[in-house]
Amino acid sequence: MADITAGNGREGTVPLVKVRDLKMYFPIHAGLFRSHVGDVKAVDGVSFDIMPGETLGLVGESGCGKSTVGRAVLRLYDVTGGTIEIDGFEIAHVDRDSLRPKRPMMQMIFQDPQASLNPRMTVASIIGEPLDEHMKLSGEERLARIYELMDWVGLNREFAKRYPHEFSGGQRQRIGIARALALNPKFIVCDEPIAALDVSIQAQVVNLLEELQDRLDLTYLFISHDLSMVRHIADRVAVMYLGRIVEVASREKLFAEPLHPYTQALLSAVPEPDPESERHRKPIVLQGDVPSPANPPKGCNFSTRCPKVMDICKQQEPGVFDFGGGRQVACHLYAESMTKTAEPTGGDTGN
Amino acid sequence: MPDTAMPILDVKGLKTVFRTRGGEVHAVNSVDFHLRPGELLGVVGESGSGKSVTMMSLLRLLPSPPAEMRNGTVMFDGQDLLKASPAALRAVRGSKIGFIFQDPMTSLNPVYTVGFQLAEPLRAHMGMSKSQARQRAVELLKLVGIPDAERRLGDYPHQFSGGMRQRVMIAIALACDPKVLIADEPTTALDVTIQAQIIELVKELRQKLGMAIIWITHDLGVIAGIADRVMVMYAGEVVEEGPVDEIFRNPQHPYTRALLKTVPAVRGPREERLQVIEGQPPIMHHAPAACSFRNRCEFAFDRCAREHPELQAIDAPGHRAACFLLDQALTQTPEAVDG
Repeated sequence: MADITAGNGREGTVPLVKVRDLKMYFPIHAGLFRSHVGDVKAVDGVSFDIMPGETLGLVGESGCGKSTVGRAVLRLYDVTGGTIEIDGFEIAHVDRDSLRPKRPMMQMIFQDPQASLNPRMTVASIIGEPLDEHMKLSGEERLARIYELMDWVGLNREFAKRYPHEFSGGQRQRIGIARALALNPKFIVCDEPIAALDVSIQAQVVNLLEELQDRLDLTYLFISHDLSMVRHIADRVAVMYLGRIVEVASREKLFAEPLHPYTQALLSAVPEPDPESERHRKPIVLQGDVPSPANPPKGCNFSTRCPKVMDICKQQEPGVFDFGGGRQVACHLYAESMTKTAEPTGGDTGN
Repeated sequence: MPDTAMPILDVKGLKTVFRTRGGEVHAVNSVDFHLRPGELLGVVGESGSGKSVTMMSLLRLLPSPPAEMRNGTVMFDGQDLLKASPAALRAVRGSKIGFIFQDPMTSLNPVYTVGFQLAEPLRAHMGMSKSQARQRAVELLKLVGIPDAERRLGDYPHQFSGGMRQRVMIAIALACDPKVLIADEPTTALDVTIQAQIIELVKELRQKLGMAIIWITHDLGVIAGIADRVMVMYAGEVVEEGPVDEIFRNPQHPYTRALLKTVPAVRGPREERLQVIEGQPPIMHHAPAACSFRNRCEFAFDRCAREHPELQAIDAPGHRAACFLLDQALTQTPEAVDG
């Protein structure tokens, strides 16, 4: 598949994160000798840019590879192929020792605040651990920094000596956020940071993430299956399906006028808290299930469920069509109209 | 649904307490509600608000100890389920009242085939023979839209995808033609496109089979699309109930209003900043003597800490809310309360 390079939205700035043709395959071993019989192609050729200070939303259903992208981008996996550049440093294929000094600038906030905090460590030692690893601080400086971080995320300083189980889900997520901020990162991958929280607490955490972004000039990759929350927090949105990005656009355009049939189905499936409009909403109900990433269909990955499927979709991978203004769609539907216009749209539709 | 129809399920004063080492937890506090034939009642609330415990209490599915049903009556089919004998209760569970749980992976038994699990209630409750049960099982799988039903009877739960597993759960719950189906967050563990499939299926089945449904969820969007009536729970109490349009158009309880505002929309105008409900829901170590929402309520005043608000009727038929602001609203214009 050709590159979908999200990030033409802001010409002139250098992207902070630049991912090209990222591939992450997990080998399948079977048989008596555990021989390599195939691969789960969790991420299969994903490219995107994230500008400094921007939030890129990455949406898709479970199993589409969005979390794998998040982890691979931070080199929590050894990637199968492609390049990842963060702040000018290529990190996809460097050894651990040269990667280690780069770790502070890129951090992660995990989905499950219960599982990602060590139950035997106090809040202060959890938040302080990255400081011990990467900075040389005196005891006083260290404590001052911990208190500062706790203030930033809205945790009472008196709780520093407490253990994770003494906190509610939302507060635990605040501890996770404080830990991620400890080393002044530039780039944070938020992997479903609110999925485990209650609705009333979700809004608190999302507002906190937005506040911190403004204050500390952070860049986020916000991974979520919650389209309404992504619409709220993201500047641009990339939609993934079975290991690939099918559409990238600014938030406004993606939600106002989705172009890829999968994006259209995904958005139409979200129910709205309004009985009147729900009565008139006609969701595009997709048939069947997502195919296995170990055995993706020939041609377009979405061809098995696509309501607008054509013959060509089952044979050929779709190219990527640039609609200008940073919007790109990988779908055969647009092949004709785009070849007619012949020359690439130069971003004149950008806002 | 005519409002005058006799309720098929009538719950009064239900009270469930868990006795834990850390003291008592009052999970359900004097809950009253009813369900009419063919109606879909949506139950909304955050985790810990007592929605699941309420429904589990109806069929006495909670292990005791630690759970203890202190009070209440659950009238179904002319008997009080809370006083029914174990045998009478067993005849109701899974037969006249079907239950669908949130997580289809953990609620299906991984070591039995789907066919066996479908046949189990049929043989136990309907006295069917093996071959009859098998035939009915195939029908049921077809009913919930599982392709190649005959062959799939021999498959184990892990061979089904999440959406298909939930269809199997629905098929099992429908096996004995229940009059009432209780669905506890049936789509929460599913993806949105799969959720859309399941919701369409339930709408279709409702028309075909006409059972009454209680649908528990925290997703207000789902409720808006399928419910006839909505009940909002907070800290083990019903704080507001009414017809679905009333609840979404004209919410009266500050909690319902706040809940509706915290959810961003995928369509229509976008909020710059999300509304939040500050603080946490309380843990109820005692039966509520005052309004449980007062510490998070922006309209709270002295009376909220002194007295316990009871559900009271509002203009629209069937719409009730438990808030002292309603007393004030009667003397002021509604806008004044809107804040």
